[in-house]
Amino acid sequence: MLGRTAASLFWTSRYNERAENMARLLEVGYRIAMTPRLGQDAADDWRSTLVSAGCDQAFFKKHDELTKRSVVAHMLFDPDNPSSVRSCIEAARNNARSVRTAITGEMWESLNTTYIDFMEVRPQHMTDDKLPGFLTWIKQRSMLFRGAMLGTLMRDEGYHFSQFGCFIERADNTSRILDVKYWILLPDNEVVGGELDRYQWSTILRSVSAHRSYRHAYRDAQIRPFNIAEFLILRKEMPRSLAYCYDWISESMDSLTARYGEQPMSYDMAKRTYQLLDGTTMQQVFQSGLHEFLGDMIARNNGLGAQLAADYHFA
Amino acid sequence: MGESTIFNEMLTADGKPRAPYRRLAEWFDTLSPAEMRKKSREAETIFRRLGITFAVYGTSEATERLIPFDIVPRVLSASEWRRLSAGIDQRVRALNAFLYDIYHRQEIVRAGRVPAELILQNEAFLPEMIGFTPARRVYAHIIGTDLVRVGEDDFYVLEDNTRTPSGVSYMLENRETMMRMFPELFQQNRVAPIEHYPDMLRETLESVAPENCDGDPTVCILTPGIYNSAYFEHAFLADTMGVELCEARDLYVEDGKVWMRTTQSPQRVHVIYRRIDDAFLDPLTFRPDSMLGVPGLFDAYRAGNVTICNAPGTGIADDKAIYAYVPDIIEFYTGQKPILKNVPTWNCAKPDDLAYVLDRLPELVVKEVHGSGGYGMLIGPTASKREIAEFSKRLNANPANYIAQPTLALSACPTHVQSGLAPRHVDLRPYVLVGDKVRITPGGLTRVALKKGSLVVNSSQGGGTKDTWVLED
Repeated sequence: MLGRTAASLFWTSRYNERAENMARLLEVGYRIAMTPRLGQDAADDWRSTLVSAGCDQAFFKKHDELTKRSVVAHMLFDPDNPSSVRSCIEAARNNARSVRTAITGEMWESLNTTYIDFMEVRPQHMTDDKLPGFLTWIKQRSMLFRGAMLGTLMRDEGYHFSQFGCFIERADNTSRILDVKYWILLPDNEVVGGELDRYQWSTILRSVSAHRSYRHAYRDAQIRPFNIAEFLILRKEMPRSLAYCYDWISESMDSLTARYGEQPMSYDMAKRTYQLLDGTTMQQVFQSGLHEFLGDMIARNNGLGAQLAADYHFA
Repeated sequence: MGESTIFNEMLTADGKPRAPYRRLAEWFDTLSPAEMRKKSREAETIFRRLGITFAVYGTSEATERLIPFDIVPRVLSASEWRRLSAGIDQRVRALNAFLYDIYHRQEIVRAGRVPAELILQNEAFLPEMIGFTPARRVYAHIIGTDLVRVGEDDFYVLEDNTRTPSGVSYMLENRETMMRMFPELFQQNRVAPIEHYPDMLRETLESVAPENCDGDPTVCILTPGIYNSAYFEHAFLADTMGVELCEARDLYVEDGKVWMRTTQSPQRVHVIYRRIDDAFLDPLTFRPDSMLGVPGLFDAYRAGNVTICNAPGTGIADDKAIYAYVPDIIEFYTGQKPILKNVPTWNCAKPDDLAYVLDRLPELVVKEVHGSGGYGMLIGPTASKREIAEFSKRLNANPANYIAQPTLALSACPTHVQSGLAPRHVDLRPYVLVGDKVRITPGGLTRVALKKGSLVVNSSQGGGTKDTWVLED
């Protein structure tokens, strides 16, 4: 397989995953805007949405004021924001287009249809009543692509490069969401957890579609910050947790390196992170510092992406 | 040229369907105009979803467009096709023999059948190819022979596209779309299948691997990239053949051999089906400013370590000035009379021809010698007086740049338009493969001029395409 093909498969999946995460973050931001304020500043919530999405800097280059309208426009439609849903869909499609031979017709058609339909939406027509339906549609389109990939793509090297792209992006997203609000998850907060905190906790769960599954996993009427952190970092049955992402990455690493008969640097890096997540307890995470732990995870993730590109000649 | 002289492929003068179209005509009679419109829209949706697009140069917006697809197929009988394919076979063999000859002993020039200056001073003649013999002596492996029809048995070859003819993906996707939308039509008519084209293409390419290739040859397609107008087709062919689609940056030359940069160790490439022009193949040999090429590729080629398809320098065989000599070329190399006719052609480089052409501009079609895509041509009968006056100035200024031909009354096929079915002019491009043997796909791509009365079928000028059927006996 061409190195360029591997790179495009990686990025197609990565951008597809990012588009979905952007929609989910906006959904939560939107929900906050609909909830009666709890002594908080609305702009503050939008700010943390932008920080979680990693687009706060790009935003303030163009906008002075934080409003719902400007944030939605920036995160959904702005072509100058490389992480806007529009940019993600376009980048995913362009990458897929350059490797049409390496993906299936179903994968291509799902992306291409998303692109065509998205480009027909006029930003000025995206009124409040239409936004929730539109965000749902974006998530569904992204899942459709992933479903098409899982259902039709050959389990050869290209499949594994796709998985790396998807799960590196997902792990990055989950780490960021946790890190933006890490202080409300600290155990000593639990004692003083008031109305506002409970509300923030459920927001975190919602932003990874985990507010229902959390209840099933912990069978506890109370949302506890300790459990949330554990759920999103260490629980392997939670499909957006760091442990789950690295479980998958590690498995794909095994298959790919067995196929190629070589274990390059990226293999060791992925395995080390996998083992860290596998052998750690939440107590240890909190002892070493949640913020520090998450910062380390974000760096490991970035490092893995760069090493994969070097090992498999993505250039 | 009145309407009455135009050959209608579906209907005879008394309004009855011609034999090959009989079942089809009956079937279309059962469709209401509303149903037909619905089907037509459905087809467009299918093409858009599949991303079967082409890019139009010179437009900043909508860089990807659909080529309009017409749901009414074009039909050829088995006997019509037998004659056409025999003529095409003869023609492509002769053109390959011609290419071998002019890059070696130039017997045809020595024999006085083709003027020397027409070859030596031709921009399409590549001195770098002199004395080099490609595998199996094949130069033009993939050819699109453009045919037009003016009567029941009257076919002409308009052009031999021996460089990088495009459009074969439309031929294949048109058929897929028709089979998906009208399965009943294929039960009623015995339509020769074409879906094995990619297999034949791969067989052809593998058959011309360099002689020093041991084991299975590795084939790849070389594309300029996703912004090229025919990118969809490059990807489509790579996918259906199961070979890599490479850009120049994916390839490099080392030890005189060509290699692909892969996720593992480099992989040797034996056959390159290139979809980029000669000038952009190799910046070391041709254009130094080319970002598209692979440095050292031409040396690897001349060393016999890789086969480039089509060979560099094949453009001389479809040069519009050489075209007039193709009947002689066929006789010279095959010893037979040409089966397919050439369109009479005036070469404006000759003073007598130029005078004749200037005199009759309103009746003629004038083309640039190196032009393509329907650009820069004059169609006398539909041009205004001013256009004709302007064109004659250009013609006088640089006569050697032009050839002229009579305006042919291209045959018409029923086509779905706003008002229902109406006849529109068509041409035909069968696709021919030359390797260890000559392989011809039954039918080809029918292009249709969608504007009423228009004779220009190019997609860049508002033309559409149709599925093309060859009926089996």
